[in-house]
Amino acid sequence: MVEWVRPQRVGEAISLLSKMPLDHYQIISGGTDVMVTQRLSMHQKNRDWLDLSAIPDLKEIEVHDKGIRIGAGVTLSALRRHPQVQKFWPMLAASAAVTGAAPIQNRATLGGNLCNASPAADNAPVLLAYGASLEIAGQQGSRIMDYAAFHVAYRKTALAAAELLVAVHIPYPPDKSVSLYRKVGTRAAQAIAKVGVAACFQIDAAKTIVQARFGIASVAAIPCSLPTVSHYLQGKKIKQIDAAIVRKGITHDIAPVDDIRSSAEYRLETTSRLIWDAIQHVE
Amino acid sequence: MKVSMQINGQKMQVQAKPDSRLLDVLRDELGLKGTKEGCGEGECGACAVLVNGQVLNSCLLPLGQMDNADIVTIEGLPSDSPLVASFHACFAAQCGICTPGMMMAATALLSEYPQPTLEEIREGLSGNLCRCTGYGRIYEAVLQAATGVTHG
Repeated sequence: MVEWVRPQRVGEAISLLSKMPLDHYQIISGGTDVMVTQRLSMHQKNRDWLDLSAIPDLKEIEVHDKGIRIGAGVTLSALRRHPQVQKFWPMLAASAAVTGAAPIQNRATLGGNLCNASPAADNAPVLLAYGASLEIAGQQGSRIMDYAAFHVAYRKTALAAAELLVAVHIPYPPDKSVSLYRKVGTRAAQAIAKVGVAACFQIDAAKTIVQARFGIASVAAIPCSLPTVSHYLQGKKIKQIDAAIVRKGITHDIAPVDDIRSSAEYRLETTSRLIWDAIQHVE
Repeated sequence: MKVSMQINGQKMQVQAKPDSRLLDVLRDELGLKGTKEGCGEGECGACAVLVNGQVLNSCLLPLGQMDNADIVTIEGLPSDSPLVASFHACFAAQCGICTPGMMMAATALLSEYPQPTLEEIREGLSGNLCRCTGYGRIYEAVLQAATGVTHG
């Protein structure tokens, strides 16, 4: 008999997880990924369910003087419509708006998009480019980790047993900054990304790049950044930037593969062009 | 698991496995066959229903999360809904598989944007795939339902 457990508090969920062997529960929130994979994989059937959708704390959005705290259970619909998300973190409103379509966005949660850990996760690039961090709750209390360290291998996260992602923290972008998010898919809506790119540049009064931060989806086993390119761009004005060096850096930093949605060659070419295009916005 | 729901205005109790899909409960347990299964993966919107006023894909909804939910399926759409007349007038259905989902998505859209722009209609229906009509007649039907004006 399959059991469906629906705790009201994070602590209750953690204590349930800690009492059972690893993988006893199938965790579900919006279910837009889990309900599909669950049906496809016979061996996963008959697991008990731990449903996080009735925990009010996970649904909260709090904007404060340092940035924003977004509960892991906040839906993508709620995010894209949130006036302060639109104003201060426009790339996040944009990525939420192109994750599936309305029926998906009404259910899918930001935390679910990250924990599902697809390399194509639409909201991952934006969080990398904004320098987000994650609040993770466990039996000993909660810890904060850089989102950049969350994805450790293909579809593997840094979450330990009996830990839950409870919130995403994003700082305000720097005062003078330029940001850009682009998703490339087979069609405008309801596509899984061939490439998703987010870029955030901090610039000074003379339009010198103080810091360049990138996030890219679908071009490696995990959502990744471009450390070589970021390092190269730091301290440069647009006229000093050599396209060939940027491209070489991208080639070094990403590891695209051929798969059902695209080819490695297309992904490298598209990423290079999108990054180059983003850099032009600094001027 | 025993779950109480309101379906098309009627209180109902369903006894089924908690990970049953709402889609299967509607079609197989309750005989509401108007809701269609297309992809079963949340890609096509053929199974779209309204849950607490929001358009959702019933193939992705586990019964375990449906307790006390207020559900409207295509059978619950009033026959005098302007969408019924406009889909007919605009020839917005061809094979018909996507039509129930399209009408449910359109219902949710019109309740939020009573006078939607074409762009809002395209966005509101972007979770529903149609392989016959090319969408033009469907958008036209939604626009007509909103304005009561016949174009072209």
